[in-house]
Amino acid sequence: MTRLIVGPFNRVEGDLEVTLDIADGAVRAAFVNAPLYRGFEQILPGKAPFDAMVFVPRICGICSVAQSSAAAQALADAMGLHPANNGRIAANLVLACENLADHLTHFYLFFMPDFARPSYQGHSWFSAAVERFKALSGSGAKTMLSARADFLRLMGLLAGKWPHTLALQPGGSSRPLQAVEKIHLLLLLREFRGWLEQHLFADTLENVAGLASRQALHSWIAASPQGDFRLFLRIAEDLRLEQLGRATDIFLSYGNFPQADGVGRFFPAGVWDGKPHALDESAIAEDTSCAWLSGGAALHPARGDTLPLSDKPGAYSWCKAPRLAGRVLETGALARQVVAGQPLLRALVAERGGNVYSRIVARMLEIATVLPEMERWLREVRPGDPFCIFGNLPDEAEGCGLVEAARGALGHWLQIRRGRIHNYQIIAPTTWNFSPRDAAGTPGALEQALVGAPVGENETMPLSVQHIVRSFDPCMVCTVH
Amino acid sequence: MNLLWLQSGGCGGCSMSLLGADTRDFFATLEDVGVKIVWHPALSEISGREMIELLQACAEGKIPLDMLCIEGALLRGPHGSGRFHMLAGTAQPMIDWIIRLAQSARYVLAIGSCAAWGGVTSAGINPTDACGLQYDGEVAGGLLGSSWRSSYGLPVINVAGCPTHPGWILDTLAALANSEFNTFGAEDLDGLGRPRFYADQLVHTGCSRNEFYEFKASAEKASDMGCLMENLGCKGTQAHADCNTRLWHGNSSCLRGGFACINCTEPGFEEPGHAFASTPKVAGIPIGLPTDMPKAWFVALAALSKSATPRRVRENATADHQRVTPAVHKPANKSRPK
Repeated sequence: MTRLIVGPFNRVEGDLEVTLDIADGAVRAAFVNAPLYRGFEQILPGKAPFDAMVFVPRICGICSVAQSSAAAQALADAMGLHPANNGRIAANLVLACENLADHLTHFYLFFMPDFARPSYQGHSWFSAAVERFKALSGSGAKTMLSARADFLRLMGLLAGKWPHTLALQPGGSSRPLQAVEKIHLLLLLREFRGWLEQHLFADTLENVAGLASRQALHSWIAASPQGDFRLFLRIAEDLRLEQLGRATDIFLSYGNFPQADGVGRFFPAGVWDGKPHALDESAIAEDTSCAWLSGGAALHPARGDTLPLSDKPGAYSWCKAPRLAGRVLETGALARQVVAGQPLLRALVAERGGNVYSRIVARMLEIATVLPEMERWLREVRPGDPFCIFGNLPDEAEGCGLVEAARGALGHWLQIRRGRIHNYQIIAPTTWNFSPRDAAGTPGALEQALVGAPVGENETMPLSVQHIVRSFDPCMVCTVH
Repeated sequence: MNLLWLQSGGCGGCSMSLLGADTRDFFATLEDVGVKIVWHPALSEISGREMIELLQACAEGKIPLDMLCIEGALLRGPHGSGRFHMLAGTAQPMIDWIIRLAQSARYVLAIGSCAAWGGVTSAGINPTDACGLQYDGEVAGGLLGSSWRSSYGLPVINVAGCPTHPGWILDTLAALANSEFNTFGAEDLDGLGRPRFYADQLVHTGCSRNEFYEFKASAEKASDMGCLMENLGCKGTQAHADCNTRLWHGNSSCLRGGFACINCTEPGFEEPGHAFASTPKVAGIPIGLPTDMPKAWFVALAALSKSATPRRVRENATADHQRVTPAVHKPANKSRPK
């Protein structure tokens, strides 16, 4: 058995180190370390509750709106407030914009450049991968960044700027939309759709979103050589990415995009382990056994705390280990789509579970599903009707906000005492996926996914490990808030 | 010019902001600006040992390090050890790497308010003992010390903002990389080390709510159209930045997004001493008045302009869409002169 410490990983948000035990050309055990601590949960107590809206988006520059949205929902929950319908739609549009922009950033900048590395020379797709995805020069990233910048004009119109807007409010949005701006937004969405349909899919969004079986996907790949998604699918088939990175196959989604009834979400909340289960938020507990943090028994986040203990024996990460009824869960676009019942992804997961391949396919299908919804939501905005409503925040209150960032389930738990923040706990998506071992010694999702990954003789930074790590689209800065 | 970009105690939002730059071809723009990326955490191919060897080569001067960009605050804790951020794969605190690299850099840039002053990461009880490269909040010093100068004789260039604007980064890089076109020296930095091209401006300039400001027709709640200064905590009249003339995403700003300027380019902005979204007042008068205007005059003019406010401005100020439109000029019923 040899031990390999790999890091730093770039093309993940933030810093990450993984310790691998390797034998017979494969990973036997993995220990995931988030080597940075930031301390937002120690910064927030004592502040005016609404000041959370300034601080929490700054937990993360890539999940900024998701953080704002979770805080707005936690405050609304504490106030017993339901947002104005226009404001609800505006918030959904802004969050959807961030999620889709993040999916593209992940695909073109973070994940695909690894296939343009010299190690893959000789594969039939290699020159195409270099042309489209080579870091710092690929034509794919170039055109994506331009399309993404144009798409982010939506953030300008609805949120002032991205990242770190203050437009999201517990009662809706601070940015009322005028009738002519609805037209501007519709044109902007159409333009972005055009780019996706030309470059990413070489097909209509509806055709991609409608892919319902492995067979349909195969015919779709065969139908045309065009589009970056198809190039990925060909690479994935050749490299058998479907055999790489299987984790727990228990999937968590908090659900995303609240609907007009104030209860339902466009992507529903739930847990999938081959069968659907309702989400029992009260069964979430955070274990700190292997984290440089204080704590005994695993606690529900509403009762938890986050206090650094940098010399704690046996600890190896700043990340906690959240569990749902003691189980290790995977979260992200794949979990969202599987919980929502997307037939292709349910089929892929039934056969080979969550893996490098299915995680990417899920993101692509989500892009194709969400953009047409954004066009529909926009039509429902009624300029002239209120965008924001207001309520009273009690001096003693509790609230919880659950949303989906691009990379998975994000929760905020807030307690207010004497009109000030008393406790504020956050569980980020990558905290679920990249957690260390818990008190029972059960490894986190990535730690499980890495076991079995092939390691070449002279590899100091095994490519299989990099593909698996990046397939989760980790956000370490969120993790170590 | 070779550019190396590292992240520490921050959110990565300044990199995300940069990637949203309004360019047709981001990589070609960098090339046009005269910048070659040696390594950037979101953009580069190499990871792990290769990357650590690259850092080593930069620190030893084997790879010329023209621009060192640091994003995120510098974490000195716990107890001065720097262990709150160990650079992965190196078992060394990030602050040690940054101190070493800064010694061989021609220019060092603090990208964003965390790297410049400590920023949001240093808020509250500052659990990580976070500071900026050459400031600890408003106090000069920080990680490198106030007397530190880069090998070209400049202090840290503070491209402050939370996040910073992509244009502020690109314009600063371009100014540094094209010294034959327009030399960039100490005189181009303001008293806090910020590039003057944006820091000598006020957010107030170009604000789309300026007519409401003139008449002190104020918003009372989020989503109102009126001026955000009197009630909702806006610091645009004091904040150093060109947000309302440069604009974000080509079309907006915080104020245009309906929320207050929180003065995010300023050291200490994260602890304003009051709730961010409300304006502290003494005897009904906001305490944070424009810095270069005599207070008595401001109060006198405010009283005068309030009494002269047109009905259109007064009523629209507290509405979320225009309730009273500008009057249409009706030509007098006269025949045109021939």
